[in-house]
Amino acid sequence: MILLSEFQGFLTSLDIWDISFILLLAVFLGIEVISNVPAILHTPLMSGANAIHGVVIIGSIIVMGHTEPDNYFALTLGFLAVVLGTLNVVGGFVVTHRMLQMFKKKK
Amino acid sequence: MANSDILKICYLLGSLSFIVGLKMLSRPDSAKRGNLFAALGMTVSIAGTILFHENVNHATGEVSRIGNLLFIFGAIAIGTLTGYLSAMRVKMTAMPQMVSLFNGMGGACAALISLVEMNTHHPQEFGLRLIIFLGLMIGTVSFAGSMIAFGKLEEKIKDYGSKVQQVINNLLVFAILGLIIYISQGDSTTDSLIWVVFGASAVYGILFVMPIGGADMPVVISLLNSFTGIAAALGGFMYDNQVMLTGGILVGSAGTILTILMCKAMNRSLWNVVSGAFSASGGSGKSTEGLSISEINVTDAAILCAYSQRVTIVPGYGLAVAQAQHTCHEFEKVLESKGVEVTYAVHPVAGRMPGHMNVLLAEADVPYPKLKEMDEVNPHLPNTDVVIVIGANDVVNPAAETDPGSPIYGMPIIKANTAKNVIVMKRSMGKGYAGIENELFYDKKTRMLFGDAKASLEKLIAELKSV
Repeated sequence: MILLSEFQGFLTSLDIWDISFILLLAVFLGIEVISNVPAILHTPLMSGANAIHGVVIIGSIIVMGHTEPDNYFALTLGFLAVVLGTLNVVGGFVVTHRMLQMFKKKK
Repeated sequence: MANSDILKICYLLGSLSFIVGLKMLSRPDSAKRGNLFAALGMTVSIAGTILFHENVNHATGEVSRIGNLLFIFGAIAIGTLTGYLSAMRVKMTAMPQMVSLFNGMGGACAALISLVEMNTHHPQEFGLRLIIFLGLMIGTVSFAGSMIAFGKLEEKIKDYGSKVQQVINNLLVFAILGLIIYISQGDSTTDSLIWVVFGASAVYGILFVMPIGGADMPVVISLLNSFTGIAAALGGFMYDNQVMLTGGILVGSAGTILTILMCKAMNRSLWNVVSGAFSASGGSGKSTEGLSISEINVTDAAILCAYSQRVTIVPGYGLAVAQAQHTCHEFEKVLESKGVEVTYAVHPVAGRMPGHMNVLLAEADVPYPKLKEMDEVNPHLPNTDVVIVIGANDVVNPAAETDPGSPIYGMPIIKANTAKNVIVMKRSMGKGYAGIENELFYDKKTRMLFGDAKASLEKLIAELKSV
């Protein structure tokens, strides 16, 4: 229960405006970055984006890292979450790399 | 420097690498470096979290670092090994399924975070509860949907849908959202309802993808991809974690745009895809009864090609299924040695994903300049002696231009029917993924060469060498 009090300060401590700015900029960056992509790169790009949302693994590490060692429910699910998150990250980047490797071979 | 500042720098570098990485991924010459760059940023962010993440207890001022390190490293080791091996072993033809599977893992990860967070800390604030429940819903939908998409691409799950189910789907979304808003307002006494949200979201994820036709799976995977991005961003909200926020939102918005681009390539609206209209109306289209097809044997086909000036190959998923991309490249080389000019006409949605066919042909070392995009190749087709359609169907169906009743009407196609001769290599007269008849096969200029694409191409090569 260490974190309970931290969460009570959540809404007051969290600067909703800062986050809104990040949100807004990231949305437009995402759109900007994707436009003008040649069709041949759609699959690698989708796969690369797939790997990037594996960043969710950080959430699972945080949840796992601050779990009481005797909370077996949280430990089990947290463990599973870290495994799945790692699968997403590692698998995603390796698959993308393999796809792009094939383009590279010929000039 | 305080740990929290070092962590912020790690996250800044991570966010930067995602943005620059995605940008580099969208250009052919820099794509590979972009992927590695993003992977490096991810590593920095993960390592930074493990080393420097701190929770400060507002009441006591007590600082807690990341614990349970043994479990965390164990989980990362298992995930890395499994992820690496499965990604290295997957066949290039099965790539779309693999992406779907990894996407599902990310969604499940987001859902589990919400489950643990709610069950361990029982937060009270409306905003935080809302974020946790929404993260759970979106993550679960993405996970369940991706698994169904995976099953469909593996051809283990059939399309199933009806008008009634469509109504149920829509009701279910509103029911889940209503429940989420209701329990977000409550205190921890309603926390156990989280399992209802979890179960209902899983059911919705399944029902959402079930009616969507196999041909639309890439669009669905791309959509679910952006869902997982949003789920990751909600996690960023929850922990006030900048790198999760930027990474998640970036993928969420980029994924949505990519989804829309894919729909545009097929001249469909996103709603049209999601409501499963494709498979439902599949049976319509012009009847081809009374029309007859004409076959060609390997020898004649070889002679026809050998005495052509210009040959264009239209590859489709059938080529990929037969693993014939290498044989196809050899066929092309033999033809070139006879002085025939050979190009490939690649439809944007050829294969099972946009750009999938380019990946497959690249795997077979087909030179990049030989791959022509649809708009580039269409004007030259009337001057092309032979168009060889290998395992493609819907992308050369003239009904897309001539028959307003056809479900693929309006989809841009490779106008194979404008060439002087057409040879269609097919296993049988089976229909394409869209399940509709193709007039091209009955065209006077068209000759059918039945059989496995790889076997047919091998025979053609042997014949060509003796011509």
